[in-house]
Amino acid sequence: MAADGSLAVAGSAEAVGGRPNSLQRFARRRSTIAFVMTVPLLAVIIGLVAYPALFGIYLSMLNRRMTEFVGTFNYELLIESETFWNVFFQSCFFAITAVLLKALIGFWLAHMLHHIPNNRQRKWRGMLLVPWVIPPALSTLGWWWMFDPSYSSINWLLSILSVPEVPWLGHHWWARIAIIMVNVWIGAPFFMIMYLAALKSVPEQLYEAAAIDGATSWQRLRYVTLPMMANIISITVLFSLIVTFANYDIVRVLTNGGPRDLTHVFASYAFQVGILSGNIPRGAAVSLFMFPFLAVCAFFVLRGVVRRNKEQM
Amino acid sequence: MSATTANRTLPGIYHRAGSLRAERRWALWTSYASLILAAIIFLAPPFYMLVTSLKTSGEIAGMAGNPWIVREPTLENYLAIIDNPLFRTFMLNSLIITACVVAITMVISILAAFALARMRFWGSQVLATGVFLTYLVPDTLLFIPLYQIVGGLGLLNSIWGLVLVYPTLTVPFCTWIMIGYFASIPRELDEAALIDGATWPQMLLKIFIPVALPGIIAATIFAFTVSWAAFVYPTAFVTTPDEMPLTIGVVSQLVRADTFAWGQIMAGALMAALPPVIIYAFLMDYYIAGLTAGATKG
Repeated sequence: MAADGSLAVAGSAEAVGGRPNSLQRFARRRSTIAFVMTVPLLAVIIGLVAYPALFGIYLSMLNRRMTEFVGTFNYELLIESETFWNVFFQSCFFAITAVLLKALIGFWLAHMLHHIPNNRQRKWRGMLLVPWVIPPALSTLGWWWMFDPSYSSINWLLSILSVPEVPWLGHHWWARIAIIMVNVWIGAPFFMIMYLAALKSVPEQLYEAAAIDGATSWQRLRYVTLPMMANIISITVLFSLIVTFANYDIVRVLTNGGPRDLTHVFASYAFQVGILSGNIPRGAAVSLFMFPFLAVCAFFVLRGVVRRNKEQM
Repeated sequence: MSATTANRTLPGIYHRAGSLRAERRWALWTSYASLILAAIIFLAPPFYMLVTSLKTSGEIAGMAGNPWIVREPTLENYLAIIDNPLFRTFMLNSLIITACVVAITMVISILAAFALARMRFWGSQVLATGVFLTYLVPDTLLFIPLYQIVGGLGLLNSIWGLVLVYPTLTVPFCTWIMIGYFASIPRELDEAALIDGATWPQMLLKIFIPVALPGIIAATIFAFTVSWAAFVYPTAFVTTPDEMPLTIGVVSQLVRADTFAWGQIMAGALMAALPPVIIYAFLMDYYIAGLTAGATKG
């Protein structure tokens, strides 16, 4: 910064009010003002994120009545329970499948949008983003009604194609598929928008050069588009992995963990154990099991974003 | 586009121009086919919600016929849900919570982003990174310790408890994109202001906020939609219907009240989803700018 604000301000103050004491001078220093301005942010981060995180670790090491320190007992108990491993499997299966599908569908739709004339893109983009705009809990309610065992409108459509009735939320594999379907429906538009923005930032000359060299459309995709978009793809996929892995709304509304606790993900199981059954320490332990996975993803997202900023500078 | 340029500059492959044009036409056709299919699938659930909300209970219960069309449209479900005092309480709670959270978020994040983007101080880089990392912390990771903390403050079953914790969802992202918008303002502007004797608050109010207004609108929309749609915290912290915001209110209270009120449930869900959809319809460009800013700005 070339012109230093504090100098100008302090100088004029001195001229008017004589020599300020050291406290006044400290208060006028730029770094002090800056620090004061970030205090509310620090209060939110420390008070509502960092402190709860540490408090959560402490909580997870107490016994059920929260009177006694039991160390890693809660974690050990969870690792030995079969339900916990079901939850683990379901969370991973759900997150990986849903994110892959969202990324593929989003990529495909972004490409299709990019192909059509510019003046029509706005309208289509506006329509296709609607699932992302509706609050997920409410649109999932609509899906729940569509999956209703006796009044399922999806089954009605399938019956036209003479497909037998599907027990959407009654059988655990169908319920898992239903949860993934809803998540993909909500999340694919987000990928589409991100990839469309990235596609538009690929310089047109690269495609022209490739076309002159006689590249097929597959080769253009493989050797021009994908390398140019690699960073944004990895950022969105990892970010979405975090959000999807920690998802709660869809499972809560659609199945509430059933049938037979087979569709619980970490978040809904933590809720079940911690809040509904009142075993707060064990619930805290369940949700903290997500932490290593989230930390790895967050690290790579951050690295991708930093790298991207450097490229753009 | 690429094909026309290739035709003009490379007469050698001119005979291929026809096939190129055919290829382009075929690509366009595929594009529209995929987009139409996607639009049908993406819009089917809200459409079905709308159809259901316009049906009478009798028509919903009738098993015969196509469930995707409505034969005798009626507004009775909407009238009933607007008349429902509980639903109006949910709506009011949502409005109060969202208004407070948006105001708190914007004040915190504009102040902090201004400081982080323009005034280097000890630890400012670390803090900016910390803000981004906090954004990546999902609400389901910390809701149990927060449940204890909010309970300790006596704010369980109160909308003020939600006003207290929602900033964890909104502040990090808003600060992060505001840093990006503020950093993109040319330094010549603030130098000119400093030479004219502007103080830091004047600089923020008279230069940064007007210039970065698109960013502020995008961040406000983000804060609004996130706090309107928040689900985990209200589900965990609020169990008395009178203090519930719309999301959990519609999901838990309306569903529980009567097993066959599907028309009313869908009407309620659609009305609850309306504010973010309206904002999106009118401010789509800002909405999308805010959405894509997370990975590209900052």
